[in-house]
Formats: sequence, structure tokens, C-alpha cells
Amino acid sequence: MGKVKKKVKTIKIDLDKCNGCRACEVICSAFHANPKYSSNNPARARIRLIREPIRDVYLPVYAGEYAKAECAGRDKYVIDGKEYRECDFCRASCPSRDVFKEPDSGLPLKCDMCEDDPPQEKPLCVQWCLNDALIYEEREEEVEEEVKMEDVEIGLESMVDKYGLQKVMDTVARMSKKD
Amino acid sequence: MRHAETGFNLEIDLTRGSIERVATDPRLTELHLGGLGTNAKVLWDRVPPETDPFSPDIPLMFGTGLLCGTPAPGANRTIITAYSPQTLLMGYSLMGGFLAPELKHAGYDKVILRGKSPNLVYLWIHNDKVEIRDASHLKGKGAVETQELIRQELKEPNAQVAAIGLAGENRVYTASIEQGRSSASRLGIGAVMGDKGIKAIAVRGTKDINLARPAEFYELCNDVLKYIKFRNENPVPNVMTILQGLGSPQEMLHVDEEWHTQNFMWGNSRVRRKDFWNKEVEEKWKSVQLNVRKRLISCYNCPMKCGAIISVPGLSTYMMKCFSKLTYAMAAFVEDLDFGFRIAQRATEYGVDGFSTPQIMAFAFELKEAGILTDADFEGCPSDNEGKFYWLLDRIVRREGIGDVLADGTYWAAQKIGKGAEAYAHNNIKKHEQLPLKLGMLNPVYFLMYSTGEKINITQIEGQFPQAPFATMEEREEFVRDWIQVPDEKFKQIVLDWEPRGERSNPNYPTVDMSVDIVDWQEKMHYIDDTLGVCAGLSSFPLKPPYHIHNYPRFVSAATGIDMDEAGLTQVYNRNRTLIRAINVRRGLRRADEKPPEDHWKKRFPELESKLLDAYYKFKGWNSEGIPTKETLHELGMDDVAKDLEQRGIIKDGQG
Repeated sequence: MGKVKKKVKTIKIDLDKCNGCRACEVICSAFHANPKYSSNNPARARIRLIREPIRDVYLPVYAGEYAKAECAGRDKYVIDGKEYRECDFCRASCPSRDVFKEPDSGLPLKCDMCEDDPPQEKPLCVQWCLNDALIYEEREEEVEEEVKMEDVEIGLESMVDKYGLQKVMDTVARMSKKD
Repeated sequence: MRHAETGFNLEIDLTRGSIERVATDPRLTELHLGGLGTNAKVLWDRVPPETDPFSPDIPLMFGTGLLCGTPAPGANRTIITAYSPQTLLMGYSLMGGFLAPELKHAGYDKVILRGKSPNLVYLWIHNDKVEIRDASHLKGKGAVETQELIRQELKEPNAQVAAIGLAGENRVYTASIEQGRSSASRLGIGAVMGDKGIKAIAVRGTKDINLARPAEFYELCNDVLKYIKFRNENPVPNVMTILQGLGSPQEMLHVDEEWHTQNFMWGNSRVRRKDFWNKEVEEKWKSVQLNVRKRLISCYNCPMKCGAIISVPGLSTYMMKCFSKLTYAMAAFVEDLDFGFRIAQRATEYGVDGFSTPQIMAFAFELKEAGILTDADFEGCPSDNEGKFYWLLDRIVRREGIGDVLADGTYWAAQKIGKGAEAYAHNNIKKHEQLPLKLGMLNPVYFLMYSTGEKINITQIEGQFPQAPFATMEEREEFVRDWIQVPDEKFKQIVLDWEPRGERSNPNYPTVDMSVDIVDWQEKMHYIDDTLGVCAGLSSFPLKPPYHIHNYPRFVSAATGIDMDEAGLTQVYNRNRTLIRAINVRRGLRRADEKPPEDHWKKRFPELESKLLDAYYKFKGWNSEGIPTKETLHELGMDDVAKDLEQRGIIKDGQG
């Protein structure tokens, strides 16, 4: 695959401006509900706010790629006198922790920048952040062409990792017979 | 499926250690909506009026508002109710923060605690798993400290925790319940929690809250956010700074304290210092505040930043909001703001109300000066103003010596002390300490709000309508031009006609009937907020708020699927308002109790005041003693309440 020019959607996160209200989590979970906005549950959000008022730690992090294994990241960062775990900054839904997973199924969650039809002007978390801690920015970048996986595929892949391909195939076969 | 609410309460008997998840009656949601309304209903139904506030039979309820857990901005209030040990009436106190939405997501609309635990315990609610856990290791720990310790112990950084400090454990009548930057601090609710042996409630919830008409609800939320943005960019002109914006008074943001220090009273609500504020004080206080303030922070799903993280060198970090940076300093006649932040840290860990507690201490030192309390009562007390306050605060929360007497608040302490001490407990309504504010000319609207408010705190009753007339017609016209929140156009005319002096000024204008109308509107918005769990700072409290009587019914309808219009919502308000009044008249509340402190205004008008009360009661459908009539209760669908009041001889011949 070659390189292509691509409009990259990014979010600039200003920790100093975060007031810790979690509106980003609220509206993210509502937007991704099915039907849209029909339910609300920050535990399903694809953004999480690490919020520890006593230490003045306010860190919004977006859900990224699913990782099948945990990594060796156990380091710590000290920024402006405040300690952060390396893990805090990580976007992955991985086996070592309970974040960026659907609370019922455990399936991985990933930020999709609120892809919508018609498209949203900005991701909803940005729209609902009235304190400008989250700012939407578009950049043009040259990136490797990639084949994007669909949600179902991502989900299936994590099931395969967990239970093995054969078991997932057997289950799908059994389920399809019921219909 | 239930919408907006979970449809379940968590019922816990602390004496027996039993835990039940109980389905609620959807019909009650239609009648009372939720929050304060349904809390009041449970209190009315379950507790006979003769019950002592510390009886195990009293349910201590943590109610969530109907809209908590939905995306409605600022819907995050927990409504805590019991009987107040101080006023002996229904005590209700609210807090924002993060607890109510978390409780909803755990699957419960309310936690109802009855009985008493033999040992100090805390409650851990994690979705369907609910445990009563030993808290003996947390005994005496600070209210903020406890929240952190519990999160660590549970290894649940996302758990939301509400806790009491030493004051609550020792049943101090000004004990608060603290939760993050928020606290439910008025009317002694923390003392009831301590009496039940509950140190804290910790909650983690990961379930969905469903909405009946999602797209419509989302649009309503967006409109509210847009309006907040507009209001933040367009402060209301021609009113003083703290009244210009939304939210709770922005005391953490602003450093200019000219208004509070020169208009509020110092000491035991007696001394006004009109020449206190100057450039030097301003510079010094600004540097103190900016040094200790780490960040301006919010409650759940609210863009306003009413609170702050406060880190005073050498002390553990805590959070603060509103005016408590000054309540201790002004009561103690200390002119250093640093003291305000330092003593508030200790008071927050102890878990006490920052309004009543400083007044109790100022009251005590006044009694000492008057010779009513003696040196023996203050043995070991330092002589400097700062030291004195720390010393007495420590005694009060431990109920040691004179602190034990004072821990019951100024009213009960004065009764116990005698020797004329009653005259020094001069700033109370219904036995509860009020803001330290003393004014000149009676304001008829405020007279009614002070007298009749069931929450007994002016800040929880006032709002919406300007506190004073505008000086010029241009200013008045400008104010009413985009005043979309009025329930009726007639309110605009009142503002246009209201003059600072002359015939159409206080106390005779707004007229009696206008005053009643204004009060009813302001009360209505507070009752709706407390039922839906929306913060008063986005609704009933500030001028020109984003939530109002015209969009609230649509929020309720879209969230729940219940058909609701302005008339319907007004009916729910009348029902909840009247039910709380019924609870209190059953506890003995009568007209004679409904009065502001005698010295609140210099100029009083007994005849006018009497007319105001008569008109207010009549408007509400209550008799001249403030008791709801049988007919009124019938119209509101509360024949059972009428029957009960009749059986007790409180309602006679339908008239009371």
C-alpha cells in the first residue's frame, strides 16, 4: 500500500482548562447509544476523564486501538510536580485494566470522532466542552493507506483472542442455526 | 422500561443489616416526579410526626433528582432528607457533585437508611452488589480524608463517596455530609447520618439510564448549553458583580470582596464595616486566594466552575465553593483571608456547616464578653481572635465542655445557658442560623421568602427576580427586553414600575399581591429544581437562567414520556410544596414561627407584614395559620393527607 494524503481529525487537549465535569463522557456515551441519545452511561464512553481533585490531576484520554496483550508500561511520569502512571495516558483497551470496554460484554471501545451522517461539525465531546479543554483540529498528513476494520470485526477479533477462532466459529455457526 | 429514573430504591435497615432493592410505584413519579417530592412522600407515609429526629424509625434518604444521570446539564443534585435535630421540622439539604448520577447508574433512585448500626459502618454500592462494611478504622477521620481512604481501600478510583467527619459522628447539629467539592450542610443532616452509625456512602455504577424521546431531549440539552454560553459571554448589566452571571456566587473566581465585607455583618451578625475594603486589603487578599487556589472545578456535567481546589501550605488539600472563605474570618473579626482558608480546611475535614458554625462561635464569644458565659467555660482558650476560633471549633465538634452545649446551635444553646442568652441568638429563623445580613427598609418579597420558606435558607428560596429596583427606566427596559424566563408578562411591568424611592418603592411596592406572585414563581423554580435534581445555579437562583418554566416541562416529557406542560408542572410543584408544608404543620409549624429575625430590617411594618402572610397563605390555599385546607389537599390529590390532619385535629371543619 502506498502513501496517501489524508485529512486527520485531532483533538488538542488542554489539561489546564479541564474543570472535571465529565460532560465529554456523558455526551459520548449518549451519542453512541443505539438509537442515538437513547441512553446515557459514562462507563460506555470512548473518552475517560482521570480525575483526582486532591492531587489536581485532570486528564481526558481517548479510547484507541484494542490491544490483545498487556504491555510492560509500568513507568511513572512527573509533570509539573504531579505524578502520572504511564498507563493513564494509554488509549488501548487491553487485558490489564477495566477501561475502554463495554461494561456488559467487555468488548473494546474506540473513539470514532463521532462519525455520523450527515457528519458532525466537531466530535460531540468537543461540542459539549464549554471550557475549551478539548479543541478540534484538522490536519493534512501523509499516511500509509490502510484498510479500516469495522466495529464488528474489531469486536470479533477480541473474541477470537479471548476464546480462540474455532470456538467463535462454532458459536456463530450454532447461533445461525437457531434462526 | 422506566425512563429517566431507575424505578428502584435501595432500602437498608442498619439495625438488622438487611438490604433490599425495592421497585417503586410509577404513579408516584407522575404525582411527585422524584427527588425532594418523592423523598417527602416517603417521609410523610412512613414516619409518625411525634418521632424524635434521632429515632431509628426516621429514614435518612439520599434521593436523586429525576433528571440526574441523563445528559441534562447540571442535573447532579442529591437531595438528603430527615427530620432536622435543630429545627425539629423536616430537614432537607442538597448537594451537587457526582454522587447522584453515580447512584442512578448503579441502578437506584434513592437510598433509604433506617434503623441504627451498632458499630460505625460505611455502605458500598457497586451496581447490584451492596455491602455494609466496617468503618471502625475510619472513626474520627476527616470527611475529605475518609473519601480518599475508602476509594483506596476499595481500589475503585471512580467510586463517588459522601462522608461525615467528626462532627457528624458526634451528632453536632451543624454537621454536614461532604462529597468532593460539594456538601449537604444545612439543618444538621450530618448529625442524623452519624447517629445512624454511617460514616460514608460509596457508589460505583455502570448501568444505562434511558430516555423516552432521545432526539428531542438532546436538542433541549443543546439549547441549554448554548444559552449558558451566551450568558457567560453576556453578564447581566446594572447589577452587582456576583449577580451578573450563572452558577453559585463565583466566590472562588472573584477576589473583589468589597460587597461581602462591607454589606454582610461581622462577629455575631452585628457589626457592619462600611469602610473595610481598600486597595491594600484587595492586593493582599488577591495574592492569598490565587496562591491557595489550584483549579476552578465543576460538578457533574456542568460547565460552570463554582468550586475550587484549595491547597494551603502545610495543610491537606480540600475543595471549597461559595462564601465560606469569609464566614469564619468575618465572624472572628480576622482581617487575614489566609485564616479563612486555613480554618475552612479544618472545618471541612470535621464536616460542619460553614454558615451556622462561625455564627455559633461568634455568639459564644459575645456571651463571654457579656459575662453570661464565664472564664471557666473557656479554660485553656487562647486570647487571639484566630486561636480562639480554632480552640472553640475543636471543642464543638468533640462536644467537650461548653462545646457540647454550643454543638446544638445558638437557639438550643441559649435555652440551656439561660441568663438572657436568648437575646444573643438573634439571627435565627425557626431555630436555624441565617446569613449575617442586616438591612434598612423591609423588602416585602424577601419578608415572605424568609418567613415561609420550608428550607429556612434564603439562598435556597430567592432568585430570578431582581433583589432591588433598577435606578433608571433605561436600565429597566434593558433588563426586561430579553427576559424570556418570566412565567407571565406581568412580572416585566413590576420591574418597569419598581422605583428606588417614592410611592412605588419598598415596602409598599411590589404590592402585597405582586409580592405573593413573585415569591410563588421563585419558590416554584426551586421546588422543580429540587425535584428534578438540577442545580439552582442554572435555574432558580441566578437572574436569567437557562432552565425555566417554559423549557422544563419539555425536559420532563422528553426524558420520561410523561405528558407534561406548564400547568402540569405547576401542579406537581403545588403538590410537593403543600406536602412538605403538611409534614411540617404535623410537626407543629404555625404562623407564629414564620418570621424573619426581628433585627433583619431596621424598618418594620407589622400591619403590612400580617397582610403579606395572609395573602400568601390564601394564594397557597392554606388557612390563616399556614395549614393547608381540606379543599386544597383534595385538589392536589392528597385526600389521605387531609384525612390524617383531620384525625389529628389540625384541620377542623375543612379549615384547619
